[in-house]
Amino acid sequence: MQTLLNASQLQLITKRLASQLLENEYDLSQVVFVGLQPRGIKFSDAIMDVIGTLTDKKIHYGLLDITFYRDDIRKELHEPKATTLQLSLEGKKVILIDDVLYTGRSIRAALDALQDFGRPQKVELCVLVNRRFNRELPIQPDFCGITIDSPTEQKVRVDWEKHEVIMY
Amino acid sequence: MQLSTKHLLGIKNLTVSDISSILTTAQQFKEVLQRPIKKVPSLRDITIVNLFYENSTRTRISFELAEKRLSADTINFSASGSSVSKGETLLDTVNNILSMKVDMVVMRHSASGAPHFLAKHLPNTAVINAGDGINEHPTQALLDAFSIIEKTGSLQGKKVLLIGDIMHSRVALSNIYLLKKMGAEVMLSGPPTLIPKHTKEAFGVQVEYNLKKALQWCDVANVLRIQLERQNQVLFSSLREYNMTYGVTKKLLSEIDKDIIIMHPGPINRGVEIDSDVADSNQSIILKQVENGVAVRMAVLYLLSGRNEFNH
Repeated sequence: MQTLLNASQLQLITKRLASQLLENEYDLSQVVFVGLQPRGIKFSDAIMDVIGTLTDKKIHYGLLDITFYRDDIRKELHEPKATTLQLSLEGKKVILIDDVLYTGRSIRAALDALQDFGRPQKVELCVLVNRRFNRELPIQPDFCGITIDSPTEQKVRVDWEKHEVIMY
Repeated sequence: MQLSTKHLLGIKNLTVSDISSILTTAQQFKEVLQRPIKKVPSLRDITIVNLFYENSTRTRISFELAEKRLSADTINFSASGSSVSKGETLLDTVNNILSMKVDMVVMRHSASGAPHFLAKHLPNTAVINAGDGINEHPTQALLDAFSIIEKTGSLQGKKVLLIGDIMHSRVALSNIYLLKKMGAEVMLSGPPTLIPKHTKEAFGVQVEYNLKKALQWCDVANVLRIQLERQNQVLFSSLREYNMTYGVTKKLLSEIDKDIIIMHPGPINRGVEIDSDVADSNQSIILKQVENGVAVRMAVLYLLSGRNEFNH
């Protein structure tokens, strides 16, 4: 088992990404932050906590579950989690937030799912860990904590109890 | 996450974890139904046939809507207007339909056990019971449970009263199985002629022939329909007499000292088992039940469609 990020690095990266997400955005009323269920929401919650300290403006934030949009539905059924997107995404800028970007299939499903809430003007992707060279679809992050080169047989997990990112 | 069974034939053979899986999945589908686009692509590779050998409004529309919201392809079949009237057997009809490559069958039949017979002969096709004779109506019990949980938070320890024609009611049987499995208390009330002997011992439920006392006891009252089409003998004198002794009326409810939740699986015989002012009151969640039916049926179809046998 290898530690990729320890607690203090994780905290710094979260702050950096939160700042980056804000620095380009002038009109936050047109931006919706979307955390991906199930594992991305701890990270998106952490980002939202930092954003809350950086701005007084109202932030639109919701969670998205992609279970019903997965492409491996005939192989394995996953337990659906709550989706809490209360507003239409029509014409909005959406920032998808997930913890680990691996094959890109979850993001593909998420892009499909987003369409059911309206047609966003733009969708961007923010991830904590980018496992490059493992992609199975042409999807890349716009904001990224760290990029790693990892063999397919290894797993990368964010441990939110200990606040660290591990590979095993 | 997968159910312990390949078919949904009844609540009797579901485990507590199966029921919980269906209800929690249904919760997420309920959210899907609030979206601007109320449709997900989960079952777009699945074809479902709705075999209705008996009349139905709610269940049939509900299943069809659930299937469409899941992007499944659907075929509707009703006994009238089909070759059944020319004498074709159930198995022949189904085998013919299945040879056209159908993955799931939703079936309602007036004979108890018809879906079980089908499931036995079609091991690779998921069979969902949409009501069989006087046996079970599992999706109705599931949507009743979902509606109670939605309104009150849980089934554990809830006191649920089933009123009326217990003997001919598949809704009652499925509800009894489900409520007992999920830790609710069940009481039956109705004319002694419509509550089978030994029900008490067989199912571990209470029986109270005095409706007022029974209403006083319960948190939720599920009023069942008097099944006029299944009455082969005279079990009560008249509908008017039934209404006077076992009809749920505003007056009766005003005499008990709490607000109970009123449910009815439909179709309602207004003025027989329930009065209009009760059915349309704030205490009634009858239309919520119908709304929840679609989400619950989506959950059942979704969870039964994911089996590996369907890898094609």
